[in-house]
Amino acid sequence: MSVEKNDDPDDSSPAATPSTSSRIASKFAEVQAKADSVLKERTEGGEIFIQVGSATCEHAAGSLAVWDEFQKHIAASERTDIRMRQTGCTGRCSREPIVGVSVPGQMPVTYERVDRALVHEIFTSHVLRGVPLLDQVLDGPVEKLPPYELLVCSSTRCGGKGRKLIEGPLAEKLHAAGLGPDRVQVTQTTCLGACSLEEVGQCTHVLVRPDKVLYRVTSDKDLDDIIQRHLLGGKIVERLCITQESASRQFFEIYGDVAFFNRQNRIALRHNGVIDPESIEEYFHYRGFQALTNVLSQRNPQAVIDEVSRAKLRGRGGGGFPTGKKWAMGAAAEDKIRYLICNADEGDPGAFMDRSMLESDPFNVIEGMIIAGYALSAARGFFYVRAEYPLAIQRIENAIRRCREYGILGDDVLGSGFSFDLEIRLGAGAFVCGEETALIHSIEGERGQPRVRPPYPTESGLWDKPTVINNVETFANVPAIILFGGDWFSRIGTEQSGGTKVFALAGKVTHTGLVEVPLGSTLHEVVEEIGGGAPKGKRIKAIQTGGPAGGCIPAASLDLRIDYDTLLKAGSIMGSGGMIVLDEDDCMVDIAKYFMKFSEDESCGKCTPCREGTKRMSEILERITAGQGTLDDLEKLNRLGNLIKKASLCGLGRAAPNPVLSTLEHFHDEYLAHVTERRCPARRCTALIRYEIDPEKCVGCTLCAKNCPVPCIDGVRREPHVIDQTRCVKCGRCFEVCRFGAVNRL
Amino acid sequence: MTTTSTNNWEEVRAAAQAALTEPIVRYIEQCNAGPEPASQLISVLHKVQSHFGYLGPEQLDAVAQLLQIPAAKVAGVASFYHFFRLQPHGRFRINVCLGTACYVKGAERVAQRIMDELGITWGETSKDGVFTLEGSRCLGTCGLAPVVMIDDEIHASVTPDQVPAILEKYLERARQGPAA
Repeated sequence: MSVEKNDDPDDSSPAATPSTSSRIASKFAEVQAKADSVLKERTEGGEIFIQVGSATCEHAAGSLAVWDEFQKHIAASERTDIRMRQTGCTGRCSREPIVGVSVPGQMPVTYERVDRALVHEIFTSHVLRGVPLLDQVLDGPVEKLPPYELLVCSSTRCGGKGRKLIEGPLAEKLHAAGLGPDRVQVTQTTCLGACSLEEVGQCTHVLVRPDKVLYRVTSDKDLDDIIQRHLLGGKIVERLCITQESASRQFFEIYGDVAFFNRQNRIALRHNGVIDPESIEEYFHYRGFQALTNVLSQRNPQAVIDEVSRAKLRGRGGGGFPTGKKWAMGAAAEDKIRYLICNADEGDPGAFMDRSMLESDPFNVIEGMIIAGYALSAARGFFYVRAEYPLAIQRIENAIRRCREYGILGDDVLGSGFSFDLEIRLGAGAFVCGEETALIHSIEGERGQPRVRPPYPTESGLWDKPTVINNVETFANVPAIILFGGDWFSRIGTEQSGGTKVFALAGKVTHTGLVEVPLGSTLHEVVEEIGGGAPKGKRIKAIQTGGPAGGCIPAASLDLRIDYDTLLKAGSIMGSGGMIVLDEDDCMVDIAKYFMKFSEDESCGKCTPCREGTKRMSEILERITAGQGTLDDLEKLNRLGNLIKKASLCGLGRAAPNPVLSTLEHFHDEYLAHVTERRCPARRCTALIRYEIDPEKCVGCTLCAKNCPVPCIDGVRREPHVIDQTRCVKCGRCFEVCRFGAVNRL
Repeated sequence: MTTTSTNNWEEVRAAAQAALTEPIVRYIEQCNAGPEPASQLISVLHKVQSHFGYLGPEQLDAVAQLLQIPAAKVAGVASFYHFFRLQPHGRFRINVCLGTACYVKGAERVAQRIMDELGITWGETSKDGVFTLEGSRCLGTCGLAPVVMIDDEIHASVTPDQVPAILEKYLERARQGPAA
């Protein structure tokens, strides 16, 4: 397709011409109406909705079988008012499959870890008889579902008025009205995102579930009205209603009762778990492409760049380069053929937020890209997606096709005269392709090796043309910035960087999943308050951020405010947002070795410091964990690490030593224990541990001996067994199978 | 440019088609008709691998011929990316996720158990041709760590002790007959 013929924005007047604006408006109204009618037809007659999560993680947990089982039940019941909906994933990984049931007039209920047996119970009890299963609700069990829940926005950025309201007048008035927690549940939430409509600190927003009513509360009188007329009288107080959309309102209408979610801000993830990722009609229904329409009607690409600059949006791929500045550089390039790339080569092990966004809300990312394309007057955009994400690829393909059908992509987008199209290019499992120049080479069909910058891609990128590359999450924030304003976005976050960041919380943490919080939140809030700390009563030792390019932050620094600059100062990086929690059972030397091996394997081989240096560092770490390290080795690691950082060609090499250098700094004692005492304090490094059977506890059940692969465990039935240390390979199987805790790891 | 016509395209195409398949050849011709055909090399290799399961020398040669890219470069690209396999694999591909979350939750011990059970190591295929063991950087399902993917099926929160039962399920399938 040849679409490289956009009218040059420099030639057109920046002011909106009425004819173009009205043409775009009427075209948008037309496609919206079309989407509405399709949607209406699809949901007509539906009263009860069952929504089932559908994403790679949900499928892995068994959501496809759950979907089929519900369908069978619906067919067998011969009910025509029950509809199934698929949604993406909410980012609540450890509790999947997640199923939502909404019955009119009742609180929507979200169930966790649903399997076939539970489907039957949910269907017969909740769907057919209206009795929710309180033991199975997400993060439950709960004792009772009250008829009303008030979600009170208590963001500290808005002066924390919400908390005072909950503790003060609201509690008193509810008590006076005789509304106990069994009638009205009051929940404090971090941010409903309605602050885009307000001056900071002017009011408190209160969302009433299940009625989906958002109130603007400024006085005690307002509270009285809500209690008397709405909660007791069942009538909506029109005077206080906010009818405008807010960023995360719809999300909290469904998931507001879950603590894991209501302590987050949902902007980039605001549609995750809310909309059907394969339905452009649903996306329209949730104000999809409104931001694009606004931008096209305004006919001023520079205004888009200004808005994004005002938002203080910084690159979410990890580098943190100001997005507005990057776009301005691309837009200022002399060459008029420009390209846009979405970097969806999520290579960091332990990061999965891009996958989740692409699988759960692909249209949002595409809308962000079209807006960026317009700002740059680029005609072609590329999705560079890793081949390991087949479902994400399938959903983007579908989304692109649907956008073309609706005239959102292709020639003359929404009748604006601007033409833009997207294509998908697959990665092939090379971590280095996350680096922008390597990524460009890969799209060109070459080996993914980086080159020296400058020239930067904004000047000379894909096929030597000016190219802007942004991460998935960066684009996902753009529609919200346009809709709700750059000023609002910049207020969330810190002085230097606006908005939220999505973190993929995994490892030794109770609640694994996606967590979106304002930049400037503390690690403690993310890991302890939202993540629930380490499971099994263990102690958190460190937080690894930024993947192989990042570092380990010790638990003592949990009050660190998360921002690009603070993490850098702490010896780590923001990276794409992977956050792996390590507990007392994890050996920091072993973790450093793991990442160094990763970087060694992924080094493209082009420059010597990275290719040879990572190999040497790996060898030293291997030696240390094998109990053959010396004090001199620690000094060598430090020297070599700093050298690689200085001398490598690209970001991979320059960041590869970070995991080692940061652990050397913060966990020096552990390194010392390995080299001077030949001891692994976390008892993880096999060469430095041994297994012994406690004769006091051993009952002689023979289970260990049966499972020993060598075999090296001797003993007769009902008598204590003994491990022959000379033959033991330290596989740890006896330790795992013993039911009496008689095997000790020393 | 040479003056004598040595257009042997039909011959090249026929030879390439013998090594590849008709749909793949058509796909390459589509790429050739579009902008920057050489940039489609990786997507062509993906198509070839998804059909044959690996990239053999004949296939790489045929791709080079049809896209008019030097064979050395095609081989260079194919060997650069981890996703491409240059040898055939067994009936089932076991893919142990070696991402950070899986690593700290014991993926290595799971992998070791698989190696013990099958007597193979990374990249190898078991003697009976049923399993090939591979490691993956990160499957992006960290919340379910440790994760083992066998063909397209994901096994979540796998412990070493579950390994024999999981493998047995696939051995049973292999005994029931070849893949459909």
